[in-house]
Amino acid sequence: MLELKDVTVIFNEGTTLEKKALDNVSVTINPGEFVTILGSNGAGKSTFFNTITGSAKVKSGTVLLDGQDITDQPEHVRSRTLGRLFQDPSQGTAPHMTVEENMGLAISSNRSPFAIAVRKKEEKLFKEILSELDMGLEDRLKTPIGLLSGGQRQAVALMMAVANPPKLLLLDEHTAALDPVSAKKILEVTNKLIARNQITALMITHNLKDALENGDRLLIFQDGKITHDFKGEEKQKLTLEDLIHCYDV
Amino acid sequence: MNGTILLNAIQLGLIFAVLSIGEYITVNVMDSPDLTVDGSFVTGAAVCAMLTLQGMPNLGLLASLLAGALCGVATAFLQTKMKIQPLLAGILTMTGLYSINLRIMNNSPTVNLFVGGKPAQTILSNPDTRLFVLLTIVIVIIGLLYFFFKTNLGLMLRASGDNEMMVKSSSINVDNMKFLGLALSNALVGLSGALLAQFQNFADISGGTGMLVLGLAGIIIGEAILRPKNIGMGLVAAAVGAVLYRILYTLALRLGFAAADMNLVSSILVAITISIPYIQKLMKDQKLVKGRKKNA
Repeated sequence: MLELKDVTVIFNEGTTLEKKALDNVSVTINPGEFVTILGSNGAGKSTFFNTITGSAKVKSGTVLLDGQDITDQPEHVRSRTLGRLFQDPSQGTAPHMTVEENMGLAISSNRSPFAIAVRKKEEKLFKEILSELDMGLEDRLKTPIGLLSGGQRQAVALMMAVANPPKLLLLDEHTAALDPVSAKKILEVTNKLIARNQITALMITHNLKDALENGDRLLIFQDGKITHDFKGEEKQKLTLEDLIHCYDV
Repeated sequence: MNGTILLNAIQLGLIFAVLSIGEYITVNVMDSPDLTVDGSFVTGAAVCAMLTLQGMPNLGLLASLLAGALCGVATAFLQTKMKIQPLLAGILTMTGLYSINLRIMNNSPTVNLFVGGKPAQTILSNPDTRLFVLLTIVIVIIGLLYFFFKTNLGLMLRASGDNEMMVKSSSINVDNMKFLGLALSNALVGLSGALLAQFQNFADISGGTGMLVLGLAGIIIGEAILRPKNIGMGLVAAAVGAVLYRILYTLALRLGFAAADMNLVSSILVAITISIPYIQKLMKDQKLVKGRKKNA
């Protein structure tokens, strides 16, 4: 599905600020896997995501998605097959556009550019999608999304990210900025959507508990390298205690 | 103000409504005012004037749309492919356009639209139908744009102005959206210049000075009066505001303001209107402080 081969990314090369953000990283993500990712600040988690999306340029190595070399593919081209969610809820939606217009945008890329984006048919579809959240958002289709709370916005952003089922879903601490109740809700929905649509997903988090309780594989980044990789049963048996040890090394 | 003068003001206002609607695309939708306007307005006027003199006034209006769009494309190229700041990119295009406009006008600072000693025949020549023609043009433009902003492409353009970060991480090419938006905006600005040239029967190389602010004044007045909640109302408000501003402008002239002072009036009006929300907030905060001290 996703394969990184000996990927190295260097920031500020040739200056005193030079930093190896990713150091010869190789990893293969299998179809349908839900991978949680841990690591302290600056360990390379976000850079890992950015090499997948194309916003960080790779110094050496290759990035393959479904066997296709996407190392130098422009960002907006590979975005067609990627879904992405950020920490800041305001980053994933357009505030002055209504809920239904944002949803329309999410499914717009493979539709005729001159067709009306939101007709009765789409409105019905969006209502269906949003009612699944059980947050009453299906009755607020005409509300500018900037008027919703952070949790509500993130919920819509999540639905937008999976509206066109992506090959790969990238979740970058997508519950970190939310209150505990909203965070729990969003994480629940995330799990449900991933399971039902059999989406391959990567989730960065700083919450050790979330990393343990979700997903079927866990990667730990440190100094630009993947230092631990727990799969299947090994991950199931993992405890909080074990994890803290991994961090300390 | 008598009827003829009022009618004249409304007709001019409708011509500037096209300008305000064009600017609405960059200022409100793309959230990035575009200074190309002062140049592309004249480009539209110049292209249309030359074709009108050749006996092709309607082709001239169409050509002004295209010429304006090209000006927008030039600015978009500077912004996206050469990474020049939006404001500077607009200034560079506008400055360069002065030379190009002069060339289009055969190196003459003004072009009079007279053929054989008589004003050229255009869609605006007949005073009885002029108002109707202009009104139709404005309504058709608003209708088309309203429809466009509801299409998939329209949503993409709006989103790239509303949250560029989000669009950058999506499959939408932000650069292409800048080309689209600037071309569309300046096409309308060019058309506005062309209509003014046919209305006044002349084109002037310096006719673009102050047009950006004039268009903004229309948008701002419309917003203050109609308080539009969505993009369709926003477009209507820009047009209504432009007509109202032209009526006020005419009144001011009748009250003895010199025509040359009007650019200053437009600037002051726009500056004050934009800062009103901030001033209101300051006054509110001060009231709070006073109230607290009184109670203490």
